[in-house]
Amino acid sequence: MDLLSALLQGILLGGLYALFATGLSFMFGVMRIVNLAHGALAVFAAYGVLILVRAGITNPLLALLIVVPLMAALGYLLQRTILQRTLTESPLPSLLVTFGLSIIIENLLLLTQSANQQRLSLGALDTASISLFGGIRIGVFPLCVLIFTLLVLTALSLLMRKTQFGRLVRAVSDDPDTVALSGASPKHIYGIAAAIAFGLVAVAGMANGVQAGFNPTSGGLLLIFAFEAVIIGGLGSLWGTLLGAMLLGVVQTVTASFDSTLFQFAGHLVFFVFLVFLPNGLIRRKVRL
Amino acid sequence: MLELDDIHVSYGQLPAVRGVSLTVGEGEILAVIGANGAGKSTLLKAVAGQLPLSSGAIRFDGVDVAKLPAFRRARAGIVMVPEGRRLFKSLTVEENLQIALSTKRSGPWDLERVYEALPIVAERRGRLAGDLSGGEAQATAIARALVANPKLLLLDEVSLGLAPVVVGQIYAVIPSILAQGTSVLLVEQDVQQATKAARDVHCLLQGRTSLSGRDLALDDISRAYFGA
Repeated sequence: MDLLSALLQGILLGGLYALFATGLSFMFGVMRIVNLAHGALAVFAAYGVLILVRAGITNPLLALLIVVPLMAALGYLLQRTILQRTLTESPLPSLLVTFGLSIIIENLLLLTQSANQQRLSLGALDTASISLFGGIRIGVFPLCVLIFTLLVLTALSLLMRKTQFGRLVRAVSDDPDTVALSGASPKHIYGIAAAIAFGLVAVAGMANGVQAGFNPTSGGLLLIFAFEAVIIGGLGSLWGTLLGAMLLGVVQTVTASFDSTLFQFAGHLVFFVFLVFLPNGLIRRKVRL
Repeated sequence: MLELDDIHVSYGQLPAVRGVSLTVGEGEILAVIGANGAGKSTLLKAVAGQLPLSSGAIRFDGVDVAKLPAFRRARAGIVMVPEGRRLFKSLTVEENLQIALSTKRSGPWDLERVYEALPIVAERRGRLAGDLSGGEAQATAIARALVANPKLLLLDEVSLGLAPVVVGQIYAVIPSILAQGTSVLLVEQDVQQATKAARDVHCLLQGRTSLSGRDLALDDISRAYFGA
């Protein structure tokens, strides 16, 4: 029964990882940018929520209504001004620039906020849990995060399949120059894709702030988990990313139920095994997204 | 309607188009012909906005569009069928056509009309564009451009790599395009095909105009083509 409990906890944790990884996967799928600042941006958004909470908007969910649009706007601006210039044949410029961005964000947070561990609180929801059969208990908030993640993925895949914007996003990842010939601006499409990714990472950063807490330098580990989920799931596949995140979460929690010090190691080991033996991940697709 | 005034275009240090001037009137068709490397495709890409001018002017309906990005030119009505079709391979044929609705231009063409004019595209509408044969892909590329309701259609080497019978089918669509008042600027290596489709011909040789005029004799054209 402990094992079953660990499995369920792992799936819930996977929901949070998937929320992180979706933005990363989306930006890679659309403009081939591996955003190394993804984790730092999540922490940055969490601090944004924290600052608003301290300023009097006591509910982090309400603060999120302000932070998400701001992060989305930041994503659009950053894409149009800086990231757009890094889109070359080589992946190196975007890696270097986003890595630099993560260092800037971390140090900005260290300078203006303290290095202390912070936590966001939703009051009773933080620790609320539901009892299932056999004495297994699962947290209400992690369950909400998982449901939200599933809704986001469903909405994103409908957006990609059914709307003109979705068609344009897919077309632009095939051939941006020809999209321009058809009357749509690839740079604008990239900007909106970045806005979606940044908006999602803000939600993920806030959820992580409630579930685990954060400090200015905790973005690195978040990036690694998101990155591992994307690779395990298969690059550029959104549903694959969900599967990858679940697998990562399950392996981590099940291992931790035997020996809690091996929590991270087990996850990295699975990632390593995939990288060596199944580099295309769980869902292998020729057609991206 | 389209007026190129002494345009120069370079690939890096290499000048590819050197001082070409030409005009295309409303509802007219002009064929630009020349050998490989004569600068034909470069010229077309410069008009579509894929390559910047080193100097000169591109006027479209009297407005200089040389500084506009490609997507703005498409919205203004300059739409190119690029060399090598360049379909979106992971999209279906119909989705490829829908992409061109982004120009938000109204006019004679919509999906239904295009399907009527190019039945082969209609038959394949549910297929992935990556799975089409050369002729089907070329027809789809033209259909995609028509959906954008161009005022000026740029056709880059539409016959390249296609069987003669398929080339005939593709060229057979051009009169119905002109009939809608759309102008066509076409680039072609095949002189026979080009002169059949267009009375007005503009020959390029090493980036310069070697000959231009209406109803030219084939002998003159081939001299201008090879520079003999």
